[in-house]
Amino acid sequence: MEIDFTHHQSAHCENGVVSNLMKHNGFSVSEPMVFGIGSGLLFCYIPLLKVNHAPVITYRALPGHIFKKFAKRTGVKMKREKFRNPKDAKARLDENLEKDNPVGLQVGVYNLVYFPDEYRFHFNAHNMVVYGKEGNRYLISDPVMENVTSLSEKELEKVRFAKGAFAPKGHMYYPIAFPEKMELEKAIVKGIKDTCKAMLAPVSFVGVKGIHKIAKLIRKWPKKKGIKTANHYLGQVVRMQEEIGTGGGGFRYIYAAFLQEAGKLLGNDKLIELSKEMTEIGDLWRDFALEASRIYKNRSAQTDSYNKVADQLDHIANLEKVFFKKLKKAI
Amino acid sequence: MKKKEVPQDKSNLESANFRELCYAVDENGEYVTENSSGWEPKTVALNNAIEEINERIEGAKNRVIAGQTSPIEYYMELHKMDVGILASYVSFWQWKVKRHFKPSVFKKLSHKTLNKYAEVFEISVEELQNISK
Repeated sequence: MEIDFTHHQSAHCENGVVSNLMKHNGFSVSEPMVFGIGSGLLFCYIPLLKVNHAPVITYRALPGHIFKKFAKRTGVKMKREKFRNPKDAKARLDENLEKDNPVGLQVGVYNLVYFPDEYRFHFNAHNMVVYGKEGNRYLISDPVMENVTSLSEKELEKVRFAKGAFAPKGHMYYPIAFPEKMELEKAIVKGIKDTCKAMLAPVSFVGVKGIHKIAKLIRKWPKKKGIKTANHYLGQVVRMQEEIGTGGGGFRYIYAAFLQEAGKLLGNDKLIELSKEMTEIGDLWRDFALEASRIYKNRSAQTDSYNKVADQLDHIANLEKVFFKKLKKAI
Repeated sequence: MKKKEVPQDKSNLESANFRELCYAVDENGEYVTENSSGWEPKTVALNNAIEEINERIEGAKNRVIAGQTSPIEYYMELHKMDVGILASYVSFWQWKVKRHFKPSVFKKLSHKTLNKYAEVFEISVEELQNISK
């Protein structure tokens, strides 16, 4: 059984699943649009938490939030289910496929067999669409992949019931009701306002302040933690920023694409101008990644080089502060 | 980033035969998507992270051989886990998992407990008890 479902590759899994499910239901909403309306852009340093034995920073909203906010702001009703028992989870999935309803699933990456080994970490907030079943294999549209793929019943159960932080617990979701007319304008304004608020939040580890905070930490790492650990930490910062799913530049390019599309839709030239500015800021994030990679590649140990990348971050933070103030006024 | 600047470096993506999607502007300033085969700065970051994990695995293995820890810690590292993740897979408290790292405690573990770990690591109990196998 195979549902007539079109796979579109996206940069990020969560936006991609939403965008693909919306398109399947006849609403053409691009990935950047989902990301912007769902206020996906963020910067947040998560104190105390360690992943892969290094500090965690995120360039995007918490898993599931983009999705929730997008649905709420556009008036789409979503059905979400979690399961205790893998058998029930499978039964509900099969039931939906029987009814020709493709569904979104939250899964863990570690046991995702079609991912390259090097990318298989214990990260539990990946998303995919299941659009059919042939024999005992589920047909999978994983938005970050170029093409569709498939998983056996056992393989799918394993990733749906991965354990650890953000354990998916079989989490399954799909839209059940749509507004009569999709009006994106208001949703866009809400999405932008929310992002500006978060990026300018008066909290030391969030948004612009969070970027300054990381810059400060980077300056301290080589002395406090030693060169080896400092480089490991710095590597993780770059990975969070550039790894699969960000579309480049820590989601700044996707956001710039959103601002361009939104500017055209709303007839707001200021947004189109700001899109260009965001692209330039994205380029600076790339420069930072490049410079940081020089440190951990050559294992060069000068405190100077850490200060240099920290300076780059402080500069970016200053620019983003001005940027989000302007953006707030532009809508 | 300009469309023609989207990096096409060699990366670990090759093994799975896919390219990731990036957003970039074309010559008219319009946003478009473009596939990227990889970018060196992040490939280096990823490779370093993997090297770090391999060092941890090697370290754990040596400590098992030296009788300082149990094979559970070795397999935990091998599966890129930390105590928190392993604890949630076997449904034990973290302190209990840490206790099972003690070779003296490990020796006395029941078959049932050993089996729980073995299942998570997808190995037999014998393999769990003897890491050289």
